[in-house]
Amino acid sequence: MPEYILRVKNLTKYFEIKMGLFQSLLRKELPKVHAVDGISFEIEKGEMFGLVGESGCGKTTTGRLILRLVEPTSGEIYFKEQNLLKLDYNEMRKMRKHMQIIFQDPYESLNPRMSIFDIITEPCRIQGLFSSWKDLEDKACKILEAVGLTPPEDFLYRFPHEVSGGQRQRVAIARAFITDPDFIVADEPVSMLDASIRSEVTRLIKNLVEERGTSFLYITHDLALARYLCKHIAVMYLGKIVEKGLTEDVIFKPAHPYTSALLAAVPVPDPTARRTKVVISGEVPSPINPPPGCRFHTRCPYVKDLCRKEEPQLREIEKEHWVACHFPLL
Amino acid sequence: MEPLLDVENLTIHYWTLRGYVHAVDDISFSINKGDALGFAGESGCGKTTAMLGILRLLPHNATMKGKILFEGKDLLQIPMDVFRKEIRWRKIATVFQGAMNSLHPTIKIGEQIAEAIMLHEDVSKEEAWKRAERLLDLVGVKAERADRYPHELSGGLKQRTMIAMSLACNPTLVIADEPTTALDVIVEAQVLKVMKEIQEKLGLTLIFVTHDLSLIAETCNKVAIMYAGKIVEMGEVVTVYKEPLHPYTQKLLAAFPSILGRKTELVAIPGFPPDLLYPPPGCRFHPRCDYAMEICRKEEPKGFFDGKRFIACHLYSKGG
Repeated sequence: MPEYILRVKNLTKYFEIKMGLFQSLLRKELPKVHAVDGISFEIEKGEMFGLVGESGCGKTTTGRLILRLVEPTSGEIYFKEQNLLKLDYNEMRKMRKHMQIIFQDPYESLNPRMSIFDIITEPCRIQGLFSSWKDLEDKACKILEAVGLTPPEDFLYRFPHEVSGGQRQRVAIARAFITDPDFIVADEPVSMLDASIRSEVTRLIKNLVEERGTSFLYITHDLALARYLCKHIAVMYLGKIVEKGLTEDVIFKPAHPYTSALLAAVPVPDPTARRTKVVISGEVPSPINPPPGCRFHTRCPYVKDLCRKEEPQLREIEKEHWVACHFPLL
Repeated sequence: MEPLLDVENLTIHYWTLRGYVHAVDDISFSINKGDALGFAGESGCGKTTAMLGILRLLPHNATMKGKILFEGKDLLQIPMDVFRKEIRWRKIATVFQGAMNSLHPTIKIGEQIAEAIMLHEDVSKEEAWKRAERLLDLVGVKAERADRYPHELSGGLKQRTMIAMSLACNPTLVIADEPTTALDVIVEAQVLKVMKEIQEKLGLTLIFVTHDLSLIAETCNKVAIMYAGKIVEMGEVVTVYKEPLHPYTQKLLAAFPSILGRKTELVAIPGFPPDLLYPPPGCRFHPRCDYAMEICRKEEPKGFFDGKRFIACHLYSKGG
């Protein structure tokens, strides 16, 4: 039995839509955005877990729910076998010493009025993880060196606007790693960066995670990147996990029609690659009124009557390979 | 055969308070009728500036030198009002980056397309509407949707509308500037498919600007790789992708993880793109290049054509 650092069970988040007075008097119930709708997964200790999906599928919300930056509607989150949703505000705050997050956009996630030193040591100051100012400075230098911002003295008292996009994201990575957390959520950390910078930052993350044995939830829309980094991946569609398993299994033997469509759509930098391109039609339906039955049935090329009526549950079709489809492709 | 578009020594500088930004520096390329040329490079390498230069849509602080020959005429010599009436949109049209922000939010999409037609051609409103509907149909937006407003459409449909609009006056050359950046993979694949089909159906010539090399592999037959305002390598897509010669092209191609084939290590390019206010002397890539030699720091490599492709690198110019 592998040891899990994080277990998520039936996690659900509905965002209520605000309405005017008149509308809300007429309606019995406010409409809700079904952002995350009963998802479950487990992350092993020290592994990188990929959460893949298109925009609006709920992957970012999931990341934020785990750290309780957004309060879930229902469900359970076990971090080291402790239910995070039972903790009060102060206990949760202490817990965040062990859980950190790297946000998507380094232009928005760093406070422009704080120096890099202030930014990266803020978690230590909040958590009280330092003995003296000197200690804080040493810590900051060490972590800056680890993320490749050398010499660290050059960067300590600069401001975010004085460094490039790639360096900003390194600062955000340094901030996440400075408390030496056991678990990090990374929400598309390289999607805003240029191609040549992207590969370097990706490699940096991979090396840091492997060196420190941190467990990692990597949220991305880029399947090729998820394949490069992650041991397990889960594919989300409209707030549900449709397929999860070992990365190689999911990518080379996709069982859900959505996964296979997603894979077929990934562009390949090889002009001679002749692939059978099955491009599915239509776009993701609204999460306010998700379709009944299987949520993918409106776009699925293999749709049958059952799919329109009954919602498929995740089931294990081979070892460690789960799929939520009535008629899996395997 | 005479090329459709022949750009010679195009140089575009932006004047700023800190000095001149050398956004595009002495680039030359040509494109034949019916070809699809992909322009690839990182952000800030000058690819969008070069395209805006061809359309003469640059801001006032830009200066442009060189020749842009389109069907034998130099576009830079044509007076602006003639250019606007005769060339832009009738001959050369564009699909802008970020369709979400390029459409007017309070005008129906059919009307926006009809407006472009009526501005350039002497047709009645009814006829322009009919043509707008036909164009929408061509790119896979149902003709009934012509009287919808942009906010009623999804991102993919808006992008298709932009493509339909670029086709409004039957142009010969369409410049697509990152037409799929804000879209999801599946929608992106749908839009690319539409673009490819239309290109074949109407015999369009296409310039496709993107930072994603894989999109060029899927849509174009020729590719030009830009770095810091220069074209470093240019040729048939198959030649360049199978055997990249310039160190930058090699690194760029290896920087993308692949979904197919074996799992390989990602190659990182050290450093970051140069500041175009003060581009490095000699070859602009030398501070990040593994093979940088003495000459690279001093002398700018003169690009040459080796029979199959254009390449600007000292590694190859000295018979190496």
